[in-house]
Amino acid sequence: MAHTPHRLKIENASIGYGDKIVLHDLSFQISHGARVAVVGPNGAGKSTLFKALVGLLPLKSGSIFIHGQSLGTHKDCVAYVPQREDVDWRFPVTVRDVVMMGRFGQIGWLKQPAARDKQIVEKSLAQMGIADLADRSIGQLSGGQQQRAFLARALAQEPHILLMDEPFTGVDITTQEATFNLLDHLREREVTAMISTHDLNLAASRFDLILLLNHRLIVYGEPHAVLSQENLQRAFGNSLLVMENGAMLVDECCPPDEH
Amino acid sequence: MNTDDFMNWLFDPLSYEFMQRGLLASVIVGVLCAVMGTYVVLRGMAFLGDAMAHAILPGVAIAYILRGDLLVGAGVAAVVIALSIGFFSREGTVKEDTAIGILFAAALSLGVALISTMQTYAVDLSHILFGNVLGVSSSDLLLIGGLSFLILLAVAVFYKQFLVISFDPVLAATLRLPAELLRNLMLVLLALTVVVSLQTVGVSLAAAMLVTPAATAYLLTRRLWPMMLVSASIGGLSSVVGLYLSYYLNIVSGSSIVLTATLFFLLAFLWKRVKSV
Repeated sequence: MAHTPHRLKIENASIGYGDKIVLHDLSFQISHGARVAVVGPNGAGKSTLFKALVGLLPLKSGSIFIHGQSLGTHKDCVAYVPQREDVDWRFPVTVRDVVMMGRFGQIGWLKQPAARDKQIVEKSLAQMGIADLADRSIGQLSGGQQQRAFLARALAQEPHILLMDEPFTGVDITTQEATFNLLDHLREREVTAMISTHDLNLAASRFDLILLLNHRLIVYGEPHAVLSQENLQRAFGNSLLVMENGAMLVDECCPPDEH
Repeated sequence: MNTDDFMNWLFDPLSYEFMQRGLLASVIVGVLCAVMGTYVVLRGMAFLGDAMAHAILPGVAIAYILRGDLLVGAGVAAVVIALSIGFFSREGTVKEDTAIGILFAAALSLGVALISTMQTYAVDLSHILFGNVLGVSSSDLLLIGGLSFLILLAVAVFYKQFLVISFDPVLAATLRLPAELLRNLMLVLLALTVVVSLQTVGVSLAAAMLVTPAATAYLLTRRLWPMMLVSASIGGLSSVVGLYLSYYLNIVSGSSIVLTATLFFLLAFLWKRVKSV
């Protein structure tokens, strides 16, 4: 498979807001179907990286390639599950409406959803176990159910690359398992997944690769190689607590605002 | 009141042609404001709507001085203001509400400055501020109807895109929607809506017609397009009821229309409160 183009390739990318650069000189590659945990302290640039990947933030320098072509050539092949606080939960939309939005990229500007779009939406709802909630307002759902609605939307988008920002923070175990079920299902379809998380345990046990970030790439590789005390120290600095038995904890009591 | 009396009460005002035109114009504007208003309410643009309404004053004043069409002057001013707000707040250089505040005050001052150079202005000024629904000419009506049709058409055509940029800007980016362009289009549509409502409710009350019916509909519905339909119904109904009240009680039409819409809002608010107890 040496000739398969990498699904996602980032070369010397610097990303930031205005004059401020948050991520410096980032280079890495992810082959198709891999599941990558993006780990780093608050404000390290995890969300910034995702925003650049979906095209919300322009690159200051460097380039991003998807399937060997530069970012933006492929429309709609990147799906993004936003952090909970980025969504207006009081907006008058039902769960089904939200999932249908995932189809808008394929539907075309002046067209109505076709039967196929509706089928995909119903299938995605069923797969995330929220078919019975389809007609509820999005704001009436519990946090975990809301997240599953957004996962269903990502599924309906039929993406090649799925980005999820902190999906395991503050959700119930059902939602966490539903998320991993979805990821297993997507892996069969060779969808690449990048997921930011604070949970080193999950990162170590349920991911193929870990990308450790702190304003620049600290290290990228398989969990056992990445999660050394030295690497974590470089990423988290003083927030890393090492127990006597060798267990490591990340302590961030008062996270600053992350962009 | 028996049936005959009621029919007379209903049809008497309509025996005047200016009342027919006024009623038609009010209903069109009521519906238009109510539909655009859903986005104003959902996107938190109430302040913008109000500012926009006042910001068209210089355009109206210049049109008046040059003896041109007031609606055209207002239209040009509104589009300039809308795009300026987009320009100043692009990429967060200045916060949007700050940009609005600055431009709103500047435009209003310019309008007042221009007006203060004139003499016989009191009547026209009050018409601009509070509307003059009974002075709607046939050509005004044509312009109001045509513009409203175009604005509503744009809202229908770009329904999906406006929904996405309002609910989830991040999804809009992943779908590669031209968010900046759509945002500016929405501002222009809003500006044109304010211009169209100039004649019936006037600049000082246009914001109320944008916000009140839509806020009422928000309380009663839970999806976007039903919200638009309910809002449009409330807007249209408020215009009809308001105009009759204005005719029989001899009060300014803009005020009676807005007060009727406010009454609907209060009823919906109470209903919602009672239901949730």
